[in-house]
Amino acid sequence: MNQNYIIPFMKSVQNVFETMLQLPVQIKEPTLKNEDEPSFDVSGIIGMSGDVDGTVVLSFPTTTAERIVSIFTGMDMTSESEDFADAVGELVNMVSGGAKAQFTDKTVSISCPSVVIGSNHQIFGQKDLTCILIPCESDCGEFCVEVGIRNLVAAEATA
Amino acid sequence: MKVLLVDDSKTMRNIQKGILTQLGYGEIEEAVDGLDALSKVGAFEPDLLLVDWNMPNMDGLSFVKKYRSMGKTCPIIMVTTEAEKMRVVEAIKAGVNNYVVKPFTPDVLSERIKETLARTAA
Repeated sequence: MNQNYIIPFMKSVQNVFETMLQLPVQIKEPTLKNEDEPSFDVSGIIGMSGDVDGTVVLSFPTTTAERIVSIFTGMDMTSESEDFADAVGELVNMVSGGAKAQFTDKTVSISCPSVVIGSNHQIFGQKDLTCILIPCESDCGEFCVEVGIRNLVAAEATA
Repeated sequence: MKVLLVDDSKTMRNIQKGILTQLGYGEIEEAVDGLDALSKVGAFEPDLLLVDWNMPNMDGLSFVKKYRSMGKTCPIIMVTTEAEKMRVVEAIKAGVNNYVVKPFTPDVLSERIKETLARTAA
């Protein structure tokens, strides 16, 4: 995958967490995600369509997610709380939206978010798409952004 | 001052509600999508609307177009992740008075609210 499609997600995740939570995020070296590699325990998922399509996942260990959601909502929240998934969904919505705004000259739409909660769950994106894992570190703990997207315009041009 | 918040995320509505409360606006109604908002605007008659773009059932842009077609002139601020210039232009053409891109700080949203109300009162 072209790194021009990864950098927007790095910038966006830092911007969202610093603006909404005053929480600095350190980005580590992105890696290729193995197909059978599990995500963490709590994942927000957004679909992208248009000139760029695929899936974006924001995934956290439970403890990290609970700390982050508590800061975001201003209330103590556990993963059992009624509004916990809503908050995770809004975070992945802002990260994806902020990244897509950096795709210049591309028309991209994002779906409404879905949230999966469960220990070491696996998320399978489109079979023919490489998934890049962006590890993130914060004072609330580690988490990651998984990006499995492609530029359809470029794909059609080379077909 | 009556404010209608239209966003499918309860978290986002709560954040906006907190900012509005600090500004002294206590009469706040909530809607979870465009359809829900349309069902509430008649009885509630808001003085200001904060509207998200990406929502299920009826998105924010469709809601704005429908609301304006009803002859309603109440100021609307679009609060959304849709940051592309093309989208902003589309929203303004549809009848949105101001625009806030998520993520936002409380100061930014407060300023846009004050600015919008001052502009529409003039």
